[in-house]
Amino acid sequence: MPVVSPKEVQPNYDIVIVGSGAAGGQVAYVLAMEGAKVLVLEAGRMFDPARETAMFQTPDQAPLRGEKTPDKQYGFHDCSIASGWDIPGEPYTNASKEEKRQFAWWRQRMLGGRTNHWGRVSLRNGPHDFKTRTRLGVGFDWPISYDDLAPWYDKAEMLAGIFGAAEGMENSPDSSPGVLLPPPKFRAAELLARDRAKAKLGLSVVPIHRAILTQKQDADRVPAKLHPGNAKAQRLLAENMRMRAQCFFATDCHRGCSIGAAFDSATVLLRPALNSGNLDILPNAMAREVTVNADGKATGVTYIDKVDGSEHHASGRIVVLAASSQESVRLLLNSKSSRFPDGLANSSGLVGKYLTDSVSSGFSAQVPALEDLPPHNEDGTVGQQAYIPWSFCQEQLAGKLDFPGGYKLLVSGGRRLPDLNAATKFDWLSEREGIAFGADLREDARRYYGSIVGIGAQGAMVPNDDCFAELDPEMKDQWGIPALRFHWKWADAELKQIAHQQEMMGAILDAMGGRYRRPPEIQNPIKAVKDGGSVIHEVGGAIMGADPAKSVTDAWSRTWDVPNLIVADGATFPNTADKNPTLTILALAWRAADHLVEEMKRGNL
Amino acid sequence: MNPSHESLAPRIDRRVALRWISAAAATPALGGISFAAETPVAAHGYGPDPDMTKAYQPGELWPLTFSEAQRKQIVALCDILLPATDAAPGAVAVGVPDFIDEWISSPYPGQVGDRKLLLKGLAWLDEEARRRGAGDFVSLKAGDQLDVCQRLAIPAKRTPKEYPGSFFLRLRDLVAGGYYTTPDGMRDLGYRGNVPSIEWTGPPAEVLEKLGLSPQA
Repeated sequence: MPVVSPKEVQPNYDIVIVGSGAAGGQVAYVLAMEGAKVLVLEAGRMFDPARETAMFQTPDQAPLRGEKTPDKQYGFHDCSIASGWDIPGEPYTNASKEEKRQFAWWRQRMLGGRTNHWGRVSLRNGPHDFKTRTRLGVGFDWPISYDDLAPWYDKAEMLAGIFGAAEGMENSPDSSPGVLLPPPKFRAAELLARDRAKAKLGLSVVPIHRAILTQKQDADRVPAKLHPGNAKAQRLLAENMRMRAQCFFATDCHRGCSIGAAFDSATVLLRPALNSGNLDILPNAMAREVTVNADGKATGVTYIDKVDGSEHHASGRIVVLAASSQESVRLLLNSKSSRFPDGLANSSGLVGKYLTDSVSSGFSAQVPALEDLPPHNEDGTVGQQAYIPWSFCQEQLAGKLDFPGGYKLLVSGGRRLPDLNAATKFDWLSEREGIAFGADLREDARRYYGSIVGIGAQGAMVPNDDCFAELDPEMKDQWGIPALRFHWKWADAELKQIAHQQEMMGAILDAMGGRYRRPPEIQNPIKAVKDGGSVIHEVGGAIMGADPAKSVTDAWSRTWDVPNLIVADGATFPNTADKNPTLTILALAWRAADHLVEEMKRGNL
Repeated sequence: MNPSHESLAPRIDRRVALRWISAAAATPALGGISFAAETPVAAHGYGPDPDMTKAYQPGELWPLTFSEAQRKQIVALCDILLPATDAAPGAVAVGVPDFIDEWISSPYPGQVGDRKLLLKGLAWLDEEARRRGAGDFVSLKAGDQLDVCQRLAIPAKRTPKEYPGSFFLRLRDLVAGGYYTTPDGMRDLGYRGNVPSIEWTGPPAEVLEKLGLSPQA
């Protein structure tokens, strides 16, 4: 089965999935491997990472030296097409005009969705992250525990191929032995941070986990572990694993990976699923509405063919929403009928509610110890290699901190591929009366390049009543589909966390002997917090729970109201953790898909 | 230049570079001055789905708009801001004037402010040259050109948001950015990556020694 046009769509599928990113790809993979007939609707075009990604291109080969523009909002060589916070013809609104109450919504309109330009950071939520209500009295408990999800974390990690180490830290779980690939060596700045943070602050800088093959996957052993008793799936996966190369330690994963060393949905999930013969992919299909029958069961998805604007319907026994958390929310809210006048699966009134995002701020300094280092290649696994997991769980439990959410710190530095600003921010470091040019400019550039250390904090957010999405009463997109309106407000708990982040990042950079122009923003954290949506970690809006009155889906990501409708993406997260959401999306989607297979075998679906 | 430096060079379009060099060398003293129109650029951008793998040249996606006089001025300024050294080519030879022209001719809103600022600044430099008795900036003696820049560099640092210091800072940043994003510039900066390797072994021993850190396990 292949890539299809609306004319070629089969009259009926077992599963119709909206979205081809992490969640949609994962569900499609599991179901196709198990023999179900699957259709994936993708709102963007087909995309071939092996052929279309820019890997070794230098900035001077791009227009405007590859700088961001409205057409390429993460830069020219970033692996995003027809994507961004602002897409012509696809509007959304914010209810508030206030500067700090805006939510920015990234959409990725291409096969593989956001897995194409993702940094590949793949951390497990910890046991506490599933039980914040019980443990700290805020937010919600998930209807599952860490132990419930742990087997699927192992599976998702073995399939994706993730490097990392076991650190034995509270609430930053280790993987089962043999699951992770070896982490890369640290760069000079990361080694210095590790040494100084430990010596002066007692903080542990440890290898981060990322979905990059630091060595080839074990195609002889892993497939049997992931697909016991399924010889065809084992063969297809082994073939796909052998097609993926080991990382060659160059070029940014955000550019995409033509050799398949970095995970993306098309390369790792959709390719073997297509090879099973059980998957059709329909690109350029903008989902408008989930349809239901008189029994209240989902029957399929109505979509717009973006090629000619015509409307069509795809039928399936089961519908899976994996369109990205807020796009899935929008679909539910737009799926109105006499039986479901407030939108589908919304009897609780909670569809759109409890939108959360990483609580994030940054701080950087120039570190004299790193000046004038002998030139050497520091690409490594370009991007994040080191981080500081949250290590104050016990202080928080004892009430010694004035905020409930932990955060991780991403340490970055090194001699990176120069961009337009690689040598232009150093004038404040010299005693010269004027800005440097000529020989002075060359001298400063060589001396200070690679001596800047940046730290980024990403923290857990407690869901609150001020952050949600709803349908805008008037605004529609270019196909006439009602647009979302966002409500956003940082709560006191999050701003206190930001102040703590700033203080901590300042202390670490102080410990490294760093110099900075402005001190960390401890007194006025609203100035430092990144806008909602800007980190592109937004989740929630169809949260899972144990009580149908207080949640949208059950513990298997199945909507309470519509038994054959699954929400597989980040919309089901009752809260963000201080971990990036993608790995948890993959694990939850796989778990939901396994449950679907069981239910289908039992004849319940 | 060492051999490995040469091996990185072919990505640059030398024809473009040579055009600028000859243009700079053949500069006659011009009485008239012409400027790129300060009207907004009407060209289109590259759209949301460009070919990311292709190597683009300035002027390929939208027309360049510098006048001949402005081009000569930018070439002269590039020669002051980043002249060639024994070890590395200068900004002109790696095509920075073309990049600046591409930048100010861009249809995107982010560059509109730079277009106004740079064109205004270039005109100001010619006025300053006339105050010093020359026809325009390009005709000024080398020592005077340098003096003008040295004087501008001070407000560019002290009051970077105030014109004309703001102009000089932005010009310097674009020239430096345009230069250090080329393979030659990267080499001069000390960037050694963007090459595939079978393994990644971390920083070499001499780096660890300088930092007083022990080797990684």
